[in-house]
This record gives sequence, structure tokens and C-alpha cells, in this order.
Amino acid sequence: MKQNLYNKVFDRHVVSRLSSGQYQVLIGLHLVHEVTSPQAFALLRERRLKVRFPNRSFATVDHIIPTDSKERHRPLQDSLAEEMLQAIEKNTKDFGVSYFGPESGKQGIVHVIGPELGLTQPGMTIACGDSHTSTHGAFGSLAFGIGTSQVADILATQTMSLGRLKVRKIQVDGKLSPGVYAKDVILAIIRKLGVNGGVGYAYEYCGEVISNFSMEERMTLCNMSIEGGARIGYVNPDETTFEYLKGRPYSPQGADWDKAVEYWRSIASDADATFDDVVTLDGSSLAPHVTWGITPGQSVAVDENIPTVASFSESEKPLIREALEYMDLQDGQKIEGLPVNVVFIGSCTNGRISDFQEAARVVKGHKVAPGVKALVVPGSEAVDKAAKALGLHEVFREAGFEWREPGCSMCLAMNPDKLKGREICASTSNRNFKGRQGSPAGRTLLMSPIMAAAAAVTGKVSDARKVFGLK
Amino acid sequence: MTADSLIITSVSGRGIPLRGNDIDTDRIIPARYLRCVTFDGLGEHAFEDDRRGLKAKNQIHSFENPDFQGASILFVDKNFGCGSSREHAPQALMRWGIKAILGVSFAEIFFGNCVSLGIPCVTVDEATAQKLFQAVESNPSANWTLDLNTLQISGTINETVIMPAGPQSQFQSGQWNPMNELLSHLPEVDEVAAHLPYVSGRW
Ligand code: SF4
Repeated sequence: MKQNLYNKVFDRHVVSRLSSGQYQVLIGLHLVHEVTSPQAFALLRERRLKVRFPNRSFATVDHIIPTDSKERHRPLQDSLAEEMLQAIEKNTKDFGVSYFGPESGKQGIVHVIGPELGLTQPGMTIACGDSHTSTHGAFGSLAFGIGTSQVADILATQTMSLGRLKVRKIQVDGKLSPGVYAKDVILAIIRKLGVNGGVGYAYEYCGEVISNFSMEERMTLCNMSIEGGARIGYVNPDETTFEYLKGRPYSPQGADWDKAVEYWRSIASDADATFDDVVTLDGSSLAPHVTWGITPGQSVAVDENIPTVASFSESEKPLIREALEYMDLQDGQKIEGLPVNVVFIGSCTNGRISDFQEAARVVKGHKVAPGVKALVVPGSEAVDKAAKALGLHEVFREAGFEWREPGCSMCLAMNPDKLKGREICASTSNRNFKGRQGSPAGRTLLMSPIMAAAAAVTGKVSDARKVFGLK
Repeated sequence: MTADSLIITSVSGRGIPLRGNDIDTDRIIPARYLRCVTFDGLGEHAFEDDRRGLKAKNQIHSFENPDFQGASILFVDKNFGCGSSREHAPQALMRWGIKAILGVSFAEIFFGNCVSLGIPCVTVDEATAQKLFQAVESNPSANWTLDLNTLQISGTINETVIMPAGPQSQFQSGQWNPMNELLSHLPEVDEVAAHLPYVSGRW
């Protein structure tokens, strides 16, 4: 008793204590994509090693894949992207790893397909050469990003070297008001604790707001843990988790199901579990958030003004000035009303079916403002199919959005979807770093899908609650 | 290679200062250079957009500055290497010539990636970082030594640095890249796997 989920799951996966004092930890599920894996497979070839547990790694392609259907035929126009695509096809084939390529019906952003296939389950250790692996913590697993050397370690041994983290409980009480979503909650948490507040910690999210969240909302929340510096963020598994997983392709079936649920319950934090730190937030008072700067911690509620430089400590001031200069904003200025050029709804943060359902619901009957380019990009082929079955793609198209094929798209600059020049993008992705969306001078404002929809139809940062009459 | 030949107990060379908090991996190596299947040639693109951005304003980025070419010890501020898990970031720095990094704090995945590549990252408090920045900037040709046994940085001034005991012993023992040691425990891996219902399939 008195144990939290993090320590229970960690302990069950420890293989040995390494000479460095670090732990050798078994990684139960390894997800692989085309960007961070080719050098790892090359190392295995060089050392004549095979993949130790080929049935515990699953690969897809997401970062480099064009989202315009005309650009998806092979060979890809970008020869470097084509080379990467060929590399993952060959590597997975040579080493006997499952690969979900385009047209398989299972391709998509790695953090969207893991959960929807039922690969992601409570109590697992999950790693992927991608920092947003924290997403999978929504199921009560320890899921974290790794570098390519560790991808090679896991391929060769199914284990990696890890230190034990501290655990911070983040409790969000109350009820969110209409127009406020998981994206706003996590932006508010990062704003409060800082972009490096989570270094050395795993975050356990709990409280009324989190319990009431759907699995997709929990994924949005856990996804951005890393933006707050926490490599891992998780939610204890509950009925919502089990209901989501039931009947998915890789979920336990038949008699195993009940035993699995029992096991999953046993790894949740005990009622009297102890934590290294506890932080509470009042969800009822939250408003929709928008970032104004160049880190995900630089956000304000849509009805607030951008903070003044003077309100920061001396050591923080240079970064605030740098952000204002890069974004071409005045300190103390209102964020509402700032014109946008591009709107992007998608990514592993907000590219799931409920994100598109919510956005389509409010977009219906509106038109994208003149001069605004608006993209909707499903996170996976399955999301695309589900959205089309509901006619969501038509709702968006009628309103003047482009409906694209699944991939990372404009979240980062590795495929043809890019900002140009100094364009400002209202984006549902997770990073507003300088140059992140493909133009070295491009500007990103992070927000929820509803807020991005409001920006699309008004052509500027707007309070979605007012635009769509959400009460 | 034996672990002995991989032992790293000190790094020496000239310093290069890079001020600024929250410098993310997208800035260290812009995503367009991740379209590759090897890490070759990444060094020349380190900080490419930041370098260009400053040039356009008639300023100069440290990685562009002739004074700091050939430097091996990078001095940074707070939360260096945040963002993406791309090992391409430390690979780019390493291929540019960086062998050790000293800063106020590091993002966790970046720190771990550096360990796997044999690049020690050590920390100091903000006031010490300021003193070191000034020392490196005012005398770019000075030689610095980072001693991982005594946890000291010494050059024109001497300061104590911090490194957690785990990574410190990884460098001291030459086990910073753990793959060989991980491979030596494969039977125990099978044993742990057999007890995990979702891996063994026995619920
Ligand atoms: S959508 Fe963005 S953050 Fe997510 S995996 Fe793709 S590039 Fe990374």
C-alpha cells in the first residue's frame, strides 16, 4: 500500500541494477517512426544484432508524409523523404517488426495509432524516439520519449538504462466551463509550473476535471507534459480507460479481458499513495488559453493581456523580450484580435475524432475568413475514416477548410505543409518554438481546436465562447 | 571497444558561450535537417536559423563567431535542449566539435541523449554561470578543463560543478553507452518479461 502508479509499474519492469547505479528497465511497448529509427537499425546491422522482441515494436510513418493526396504517390517528390520511407519499410521488413504504412488503414501519427489500436494499455512501460510519447500516459502507463541510441538499446535488448523519477501529483478540481478544454488545462499547468518545472518528475494528473475527461482529452493533457519539462505524465486507469480499450484490435480478448482489467486496477495509485510534491488547480476558473510567445509556457487566457516585461524577474526578462521581438508583439497588448494567416487543426495533441467533432459542431454555418488558409489534418487513417463516416470532412470543406490525409503536417517542418515568411498560425499542435512550423520566421499561437476554429472564421485570435455563443 | 577505452574523466579545450534560457532542440538543429538516415554532416547546420537570424540583424551567433571556432566546451543557460527528443541535436553539437556542456539546467531527454553519446553535461547555479560566461567571453582563447572526478571547471577562473552520481559513474567507468551491459543481462530480461502478463500473454 501507499504506492503510486509510477513506482508500482517501474518496479515490475526492473531487470537489473547497472554498474552506473541506473536501472535496466524492460520496455513493454516500443513505438517506432521514420525520423529517429534509421540510425538505430544501422547500428544493429553494424553490430550484427537482431531485434530481441520483434513483436513488441510497432512502426509507422508520420513526420515526413505529405498530407495532400496528390503528393502521396511514390516515389515521394522529396527524395530525402522517400529515402526515409524506404528505410523504414526495409528496416521493419528485415528485422521482422510490424509496420503500418500508408493505405494500410492503420497509418497515422504514432501517438494516435497506439491508443486506437489498443496497443497502449495501463501498466505498460512505453518508449518511442519521440518526446510526445508522454501521450500514452493517459492510460496509466509509463510512457516517455527517448533518443536514437536508446531506440537501438530497446531494439537489441527490449530494455534501456533509466533513473527513477520523483512524482508530482497535479490535482485539477471543479468543473470546466463551456468552451474550455483539456488543451487549456495543460497550457494553464505549464504556465503555472514553467517549461522546466517538471524536470526530474513524472506528473500524475487527478481530480474531478481529469476523472471527467474522456480518453482523448486525457491524451491531449498527457501529450504536453513534456512541454512542462516532465518526461512522463499519466492518469490512473479507471472505467473510462477500460471502456475505451474494450474490443480494440490489440486489447486482451475473451476470458483475458476480465483478468486484464483486474491487473490494470491493481497498478493504479493506492488511495493513500505518497508523492514527492502536490499541486492543485481550480478548473472552474479556467478560460481558453492562447500562447503569445516562443515557449509553451508563454500563454495567457484569451481575455487577458500579454504580460509586461516589468512583471518578470531579471533573469527571465531577456527571454520575454526575445519572445516579444520574434512575435512582433508589444508587452501589455491584448492577444484577442491579433490577425492570423493560417489555421492548423491536427497533430498528436488535437488530431483525434472528438477534436474534429467539437470543431465541426461550431464551424457549421460559418465560413473561413477571407485570406486565411485553414487546414484540418486527421491524426490517423482510422480518424479520417471515422470523420468521413460522420460527414465532418464535408462540414469543414463547406466552411472553406482543406481536409487532408493523415500525418504530422504543419506541426513541424519535415513535410510540405509549412508556414511562409512571417505568417502567424493559430495551431492546435504543441510547440510554438521559433521556426517550428517550417519558416525560420514563422509564428505559432497554440490553442484548442475550438479556439482555432474561432480564429479561422474571424481571421484573428477570438474568444470562441463569444464567437460561437458557448454558454 | 572495451569500457576502459571509453572512460571519460576530463574534457579540455576552449569554451564557447551561448546565453539564453529554454533553447530548444528545434533551434539546435532545425527539423528540415532531420530528413536523413544517418547523422553525417549535421554539424554544419547546428543553430542554422538562429545564426541566419542574427546575421540579418548584423549580429553574430557564437557558433558563427571566428573567436569560438574549434571550441569544445559549450556554456549555456537554463533548460537547454528542451523540446523534441531528437538525438540529432546533440549529434549536431558533437559533430560541430562540442565535447562537454556546462549550464544552469538541462532538459531531461537531451541530458540522457548526451550521456549516450559520451558528452558530459554539468550544472552550476545562475550566478556562477554568469561569471563563467564573462570569463569565456572576455578571453576566448583560454583553455578550460572539466574534471569529472573532482567536479571542477578550471580555466581563467575555477568553479565547482554538479553532476548526478549515476551519470558521473557512467563516464568514470566508460559505461556511458549502456548497450553492452544491457546485452549481458538478456536471461534476466526474459525472466522479467515472463512475469509481465501483457508481454507473456498469460493474463
Ligand atoms: S504531430 Fe507534431 S509533436 Fe506529434 S509526433 Fe508529429 S511532429 Fe511530433
